[in-house]
Amino acid sequence: MREEWRGFHKGHWTEDINVRDFIQANYTQYEGDESFLAQPTEATVKLWDAVQKLQKAEREKGGVLECETEIVSTLTAYGPGYIDENLKDLEQIVGLQTDKPLKRAFMPFGGIKMAQEAAANYGYTVNPKYDQIFNEYHKTHNQAVFDAYTPEMRAARHSHIVTGLPDTYGRGRIVGDYRRIALYGIDRLIAGKQEDLLNCGDGTMVDEIIRQREEIADQIRALRGMKKMAEIYGYDISQPARNAKEAVQWLYFGYLAAIKTQNGAAMSVGRISTFLDIYIERDLKEGTLTEQQAQELIDHMTMKFRMVKFARIPSYNELFSGDPVWATLEVAGLGQDGRHMVTKNDYRFLHTLENMGPSPEPNLTVLYSKRLPDNFRTYAAKISVATSSIQYENDDVMRPIWGDDYSICCCVSATETGKEMQFFGARANLAKCLLYAINGGKDEKFLDKKGNHMQVGPEYAPITSEYLDYDEVMHKYDLMLDWLAGLYVNILNLIQYMHDKYYYEAAEMALIDTDVRRTFATGIAGFSHVVDSLSAIKYAKVKTVRDESGLVVDYKVEGDFPRYGNDDDRADDIAVWLLKTFLTKIKKHHTYRNSEPTTSILTITSNVVYGKATGALPDGRGAYEPFSPGANPAYGAEKNGLLASLNSVAKVPYEYALDGISNTQTISPSALGHTDEERKHQLVNVLDGYFSQGAHHLNVNVFGLDRLYDAMEHPEKPEYANFTIRVSGYAVKFIDLTREQQLDVIARNAHETL
Amino acid sequence: MIQAAVHSIETFGSVDGPGIRYILFLKGCRLRCAFCHNADTWDMKSDDHRSADEIIAHALRYRPYWGKDGGITVSGGEPLLQMDFLIELFSKAKQENIHTCIDTAGEPYTDDPAWHEKFETLMSFTDLLLVDIKHIDPKKHMRLTGKSNENIMRMFRYLDSIGKPIWVRQVLVPGWTDDPDDLKKTRAFIDSLHNVQKVEVLPYHNLGAYKWEKLGLNYPLKDVTPPDEQMIHQAEKIMKG
Repeated sequence: MREEWRGFHKGHWTEDINVRDFIQANYTQYEGDESFLAQPTEATVKLWDAVQKLQKAEREKGGVLECETEIVSTLTAYGPGYIDENLKDLEQIVGLQTDKPLKRAFMPFGGIKMAQEAAANYGYTVNPKYDQIFNEYHKTHNQAVFDAYTPEMRAARHSHIVTGLPDTYGRGRIVGDYRRIALYGIDRLIAGKQEDLLNCGDGTMVDEIIRQREEIADQIRALRGMKKMAEIYGYDISQPARNAKEAVQWLYFGYLAAIKTQNGAAMSVGRISTFLDIYIERDLKEGTLTEQQAQELIDHMTMKFRMVKFARIPSYNELFSGDPVWATLEVAGLGQDGRHMVTKNDYRFLHTLENMGPSPEPNLTVLYSKRLPDNFRTYAAKISVATSSIQYENDDVMRPIWGDDYSICCCVSATETGKEMQFFGARANLAKCLLYAINGGKDEKFLDKKGNHMQVGPEYAPITSEYLDYDEVMHKYDLMLDWLAGLYVNILNLIQYMHDKYYYEAAEMALIDTDVRRTFATGIAGFSHVVDSLSAIKYAKVKTVRDESGLVVDYKVEGDFPRYGNDDDRADDIAVWLLKTFLTKIKKHHTYRNSEPTTSILTITSNVVYGKATGALPDGRGAYEPFSPGANPAYGAEKNGLLASLNSVAKVPYEYALDGISNTQTISPSALGHTDEERKHQLVNVLDGYFSQGAHHLNVNVFGLDRLYDAMEHPEKPEYANFTIRVSGYAVKFIDLTREQQLDVIARNAHETL
Repeated sequence: MIQAAVHSIETFGSVDGPGIRYILFLKGCRLRCAFCHNADTWDMKSDDHRSADEIIAHALRYRPYWGKDGGITVSGGEPLLQMDFLIELFSKAKQENIHTCIDTAGEPYTDDPAWHEKFETLMSFTDLLLVDIKHIDPKKHMRLTGKSNENIMRMFRYLDSIGKPIWVRQVLVPGWTDDPDDLKKTRAFIDSLHNVQKVEVLPYHNLGAYKWEKLGLNYPLKDVTPPDEQMIHQAEKIMKG
């Protein structure tokens, strides 16, 4: 074996590129408690202090510290960058997106207009020469998509029945297997891709082969670029890492390559914790590393993940507020052989929240199972209670589908590391679709040029009765969903085609198998509102209120009806039906590059934006009010407490929403227990109970309403600088939300106090 | 089957007994505690009637969350006013191996043989009681709750005599129950018992005040503010030793 692999157990991984095999053959389980963990080093404290100062300056400047206007971001566009020139010797792990910390790169390939607008939004002007370059000499992804959109697609986009489409920015959600660089070195990876290129096709040049050959060539170029990028920082990553520090650094360079070249909506780090532990364990055994140094490596790497930034336009920020990048990073989980994969490093990553305080990034995710060691579950719960910065996903439902080496590629969606990529595809607004079913495809909010309600959907016969009849509504809804599913899939087909053509993720794809599996990730918005609306129509009487044109603009509900969120099968069965029906309709259609269609019920903070574009609903939700996020029951719907609400969500079958079912719950500390000791154990019980029923995801916030009010009114207080809350699938600094979103978060939590 | 007069159900109770509890709040109470935060449970009348079988079936849906400690807690109102139902509920719960707990103020306790026989049966199915001491001083008890505490004290003695585990809970109401001398007496009383597993001081809060107003009643503690950290600490020092 190679010298860099000394002490490792051999396996398939020594011959082939197979990181999973390496991990399974070499990791060391840890079942003890957190007492071994080390405090932050002096270097960590100094550097983190410098980063916090920069973050404060950034906030004071209105959200952006500096924007690049001259240099197009590439792997090698900049010289080396450090947190602080005077402290650069303290940085164990180096590498910034640009030449300066928190400076936002200029990334025009997703769309030149957007890149210019993002800079302008913060008072910067992009060098006008790029106007000509990216409009006249070469087009961008955004322009290409709009060239091909049909009028129907534009109308659907305008009315927000499909929203959040990645047609103006990078689609993201592709996780390169950054560990490969550490384990194999770039040269071995280039050799692998060169072999793939040789074996790509039999010489008959059909579309598919031509495209793939070009892509592999791009990947090889990206790998060479990564080597050059590392050289700028004084490292040669052509060969495997020889120790833990190099492993962390090599791996981080891979991730850095991704965030220098792509501004995707989600730029996940992936499942790196157990992998890196193998290197750390070896160094600890060889006596070349102490626990304190090991923690320092993890702290410094995490610090870098906390600094990832992209220039965004205002409408993007409304959709995904708080400047998220979803640098999602997983810990724990179980192996296929039944061994848990908790290592000391899983503790170290969670411990960064103690050493450097709470933080929304990286998006720390515990791959949960009741079979994880008690000590680890309790420690994770302890950190949740203290920081509200962790999300939990059910390893027991994901492992059978994605194996034991999957990563979370966005906020909550799984993808097999190094084997898969995902075509991210925003959401279809199923609540608005219900209104279209009632109103014959006319939009309840948006008007056409003549001032009439815009005909967005097909001109089917509207419902004309005063009271809604369940069977009639269901029939019309079914037809309208057929239309929406078809249109939605085709919008996405078009976007993904253009993204591959104009904004291909060469750096990330270079770290994924050439023979890649692709998923096609659709999504649902307005879930709970459709369920409750249909339940109201079925179990109560719903009277329509029409405007002068005869269009239904409001609903009066007479009588009581079961709501989703109370563990009541009458409502929950509708939820299951809705999901299954939607996915079935999606699956009928051809999906780009023969990708596998999946769907999700997760709407980040975009529930506010989707709600804003959607009129009143039969469940009593007023016009333009926020939707409840993700798969959460509607605000105030639950009457029997938290567990009844969790049981309802747990009934939604993950098999039909493989892209994820997000659920966010806020528990006030007093409701969880009298002491922190009690609280962590109670939280473990909640997680055990929820996930043992097959639920997929849970965001846990532990704080009272008083804290939210105070943070909203006094964002300047130092204790709120890093006050992190979890919102549908990601974490965010509360003070970075718009006031509207803050009020929404408060409204969502208001019922928890009584 | 007996139908219980139900006030409400909380599926996630984490402070009323060990572990996570399914809490059944029953209607009806004859005490009129000035600090009551569930005044809407006093009346025995209810629109929601449920049998023991229904409750057990419903509660079992939450068993996955109970871990090794959790179970069912019946609170109220005063659960001991619906003892026949409780006996049915808890005998069925024990068949399912569910941990059973009653949150009571002990007001209905009497030596009447027929009543006491039922109570003894109920205790055979009950794992734990959370018993409030509203006030140790009989006169002050009368002023605070409208009833004497004499029979309640006898219940404590009885539970002690059969070795039934209890948690003692004292609501701390500034100006009403926070006199250090009274708290010391309470402590001495607790020390005379052998079945006390835990003593809890529950700081008074006014989140139930709106319920009085809804019922058209005058909330007697309008001028009382919840105790501060220091007062709680002081009381805990005395009560927990």
